[in-house]
Amino acid sequence: MKVLVTVKRVIDYNVKIRVKPDGSDVDLTNVKMAVNPFCEIAVEEAVRLKEKGIASEIVVVSVGGSEAQEQLRTALALGADRAILVESTANTESLNVAKLLAKVVEQEQPSLVIMGKQAIDSDNNQTGQMLAALCDMPQATFASEVSVADNSVTVTREIDGGLQTLSLQLPAIVTTDLRLNEPRYASLPNIMKAKCKPLATVTPDDLGVTLSAHTQLLGVNPPPQRSAGVKVKSVAELVDKLKNEAKVI
Amino acid sequence: MEFDVVIVGAGPAGLSAAYHLKKLANDKQQDISVCVLEKGSEVGAHILSGAILETTALDELIPDWQEKGAPLTTPVTEDALYLLKDQQRATKVPGWAIPAPMHNNGNYIVSLGNVCRWLATQAEAIGVEIFPGFAAAEIAYDDNGRVKGVYTGDMGISKDGEQKDSYMPGMALYGKYTLFAEGCRGHLGKQLISQFKLDENSDPQHYGIGIKELWEIDPALHKSGLVVHGSGWPLDNDTTGGFFLYHADNNQVVVGLIVDLNYSNPHISPFDEFQQMKHHPLFADVLSTGKRLSYGARAIAKGGLNALPDMAFPGGLLIGCDAGTLNFAKIKGTHTAMKSGMIAAENVLNALIQDGQSGQDGQDNLPDTLTGFTDAFRDSWLHKELHASRNFGPAMHKFGPIMGGAYNWIEQNLFKGRLPWTLHDTKPDYAQMKPASECPEKHYPKPDGKLSFDKLSSVYLSNTNHEEDQPSHLRLLDPAIPVKVNLAKYNEPAQRYCPAGVYEIVEAESGPQLQINAQNCVHCKTCDIKDPSQNICWVPPEGTGGPNYPNM
Repeated sequence: MKVLVTVKRVIDYNVKIRVKPDGSDVDLTNVKMAVNPFCEIAVEEAVRLKEKGIASEIVVVSVGGSEAQEQLRTALALGADRAILVESTANTESLNVAKLLAKVVEQEQPSLVIMGKQAIDSDNNQTGQMLAALCDMPQATFASEVSVADNSVTVTREIDGGLQTLSLQLPAIVTTDLRLNEPRYASLPNIMKAKCKPLATVTPDDLGVTLSAHTQLLGVNPPPQRSAGVKVKSVAELVDKLKNEAKVI
Repeated sequence: MEFDVVIVGAGPAGLSAAYHLKKLANDKQQDISVCVLEKGSEVGAHILSGAILETTALDELIPDWQEKGAPLTTPVTEDALYLLKDQQRATKVPGWAIPAPMHNNGNYIVSLGNVCRWLATQAEAIGVEIFPGFAAAEIAYDDNGRVKGVYTGDMGISKDGEQKDSYMPGMALYGKYTLFAEGCRGHLGKQLISQFKLDENSDPQHYGIGIKELWEIDPALHKSGLVVHGSGWPLDNDTTGGFFLYHADNNQVVVGLIVDLNYSNPHISPFDEFQQMKHHPLFADVLSTGKRLSYGARAIAKGGLNALPDMAFPGGLLIGCDAGTLNFAKIKGTHTAMKSGMIAAENVLNALIQDGQSGQDGQDNLPDTLTGFTDAFRDSWLHKELHASRNFGPAMHKFGPIMGGAYNWIEQNLFKGRLPWTLHDTKPDYAQMKPASECPEKHYPKPDGKLSFDKLSSVYLSNTNHEEDQPSHLRLLDPAIPVKVNLAKYNEPAQRYCPAGVYEIVEAESGPQLQINAQNCVHCKTCDIKDPSQNICWVPPEGTGGPNYPNM
C-alpha cells in the first residue's frame, strides 16, 4: 500500500513571530524554518505503518519554494522513501495547494493520504478537507488513532467533548492531531542516507494547474502589548477593583 | 560512523576549518571526508557576537566572498569612543586618543549568525557534511589515550533518566583527527585542557560576559555604519567592561555590554547593569522610539596569548575561542578564530596526505600530535597580532580602566605592541569573588518596559527552548554547596550573573533551595566560569536545545 504524506515548511515553533515594519507580512528573513509539527506527526504515522508492514512505500510531497527541499529531506530522514516538491511560491493558499495536491494524488494513486490537520503559520485547517472534496475521497480529520485493516482505515477523532470513531473505505484522507504519536528524532545515518533518496521537482505547469488568487493579504498586525499589572494588598482590595474598576463582578 | 576529520561546532572556527580543508583537498584531488557537528537547531542558532568583522581571514579563505553573496553589507563608516561619567554625562574621546587596534576602517558590521549560515552553505556546496541538532557530548579516546572522535548525546531521555518512546542512543563519530571548535568555555575543550595539561605553560583564561540586544529604530536616527564603543557608567570603578552600539542595516542597531568576569562584588548583576546603561542619553536618544527585536548573551574568552593553552594534543586540535584566540585589544575574535581553523585545516591535510602516501602497509602513520600546527601557528600573522595585544587585558586588570587604558594607548599607538615585557594576570576569574558582606550592595532600578526589561521577557526574545522532560544540563558537583557556601557567603551570585534567570533561590519548607530553570538557559557558559565554588558543570542538553538567535 502506498501512503502519500504532505509536509509544509513553516516558521519554527520556538521562534517568536515578528511582523515586518510596514505591516505587510510576517518577517521571515534569516528566521529558523522547520517542518510543520502536524506534518511531522503525519510522517511519523506513515513510517509506523511501514514498520508494521502495512505501508509499502511512503511518498512525501510539499508545495513551496526550493528551500522546502530541506523539509522534504527531513521527512526522508525520518523514513519516507521519496519526495516530490511542487515548486510554487505564488498563491500558496489552501485551495491552490489542494488543487496541486489533487493532481499529485491522481498521478501517484496512493491508498492513504496523511496530512497535518493545519499548519502552524496560517492555522487555516482547510487543505485536507479541500483535497478530500477535489479527489472525492472520504476524510477523517483530527486523528488521534489510526489503524488500517483490509481495505479500510479506522480513525479515532478528537472532537469537542469526546472521541469519535470512523471507518473509511480506502483510498482515504486522514489529517493528524497532536496526540496521534510522538515523532522520532532523525538519526545521523538516516540524515546521510536521506541525501541520496530521490527528490523530484515539478511545477504547477507540469501538473497542468493554473493558479489564481482567491484571497488577498491586506495586512498583518501583532497583538496589542499587554499593559503592566498592579499588585493588590488584600482580597478586599481585589474584589473592590474587580467590582468598581474593571466592572467584571 | 567514520570520517577523516570530525569538527565539533559550526561557528567561524569550525566552518572555516571545514571549508578550507575540503577546498584544499578538492584542489589536490584528495577525497577527504569532513563532518561538522552543531548542537544548535540550525547553523547560526547559537551564534552571538557584536559583531564587527575584519576580513583578513575571510579574504584568504574565500577571496571572492563578495560575488558569493557573503552577508557583509554594512561597511564601518565612523568610529566613536565615549567615556560615560554618570547617568547623564559622557565624554567623547578624540580620534587620536583611541587605541589603534580599535580603529575599524575597512571592517564590516555583521550578524555573525548570518555569516555562519552563509559559510555553512559554502562548505556544504563543496562536500562538507554538517549536522545541526547534534551535540557532541563526550570525547572518544583510543587505548593509547589518543582522541579518536566524539560521542553524540542520547536523545529522548526523561528527567528521571528513563528512555522515552522517542529514545535514540548517541552515536560514535570517529575521525583521524578531531577539531574542537565549541567556542568560549567548550565543555569538551575544558576536559581536553585538563586531560592533556594544555594550560601548563599559560596563565589562567580570563572571561567576560557579553549581553546583546538587537533593536529596530526610527530611520531618522539611523546612521548605517556608525560604530560606538566605550566604557564607564553604570559599572563601578572596580568593575571593568565596555559597551558597543553598532548601526547595522535595515534600520537596526545592536547594543551590548561586556562585563569582565573578574569582578569581585557578588552583588553585581551584569544583566541589570546593561539594562540600566540603556537609560543613558547616549543610548536612550537612539532607542527610546525603537523596538527591541532580540536578546542574547555569551561568555567571551579574552585572556589572549598569555592565556592561550597548547592547541595541539594527541588526535586533534583546539581552535578558535575554544582555545581562546580572540584579540581583546580589537574586541574581535572572528577573524582570529577563522584563521586558527584555516591553519588547523592545512596541517591536518598535510598529515592525512603524508599518511596516504606512506601508509601502503595498511598501518596508519599519522602523527599523534600535530606539532606542525604549533609551528605554523607561531609563524602566522595570527600569532603576531595576538602577541602585539598580549598586555591589553592584563593592563586593564592591573591598573584599572583609566590607567590601564592609558598604558594600552602608549603601548598600542606609540610602540605598536612591541614593548619587550609581558604583563600577567594569574588569578582565575572565579577566585576574585569577595564575600557579600564585604561589598557594597547594588540596587538596580526597576525596568521601565521601554528601554529596560526584566530577565524573563528578555529570555523570551532569545527563542530559547529545551525539551522539558530531560535531565538538567546544569549539573551541580555537590548539591549542598549552593546553599551552604554560595548563599551563605556570596548571597548565591548565580542569581545575578546568569543573564537568563536560570538560577533562583526559593524558600522551601526545609529552608532556602537553589532552583535551576534549565529551560531558560541561553548556553552562555557564565555559570561554569564564574561560580566561586566551581561547582556548576555545564553539559550539552539534548541536541537542538538552546537559543534560536535570528540575525545575532
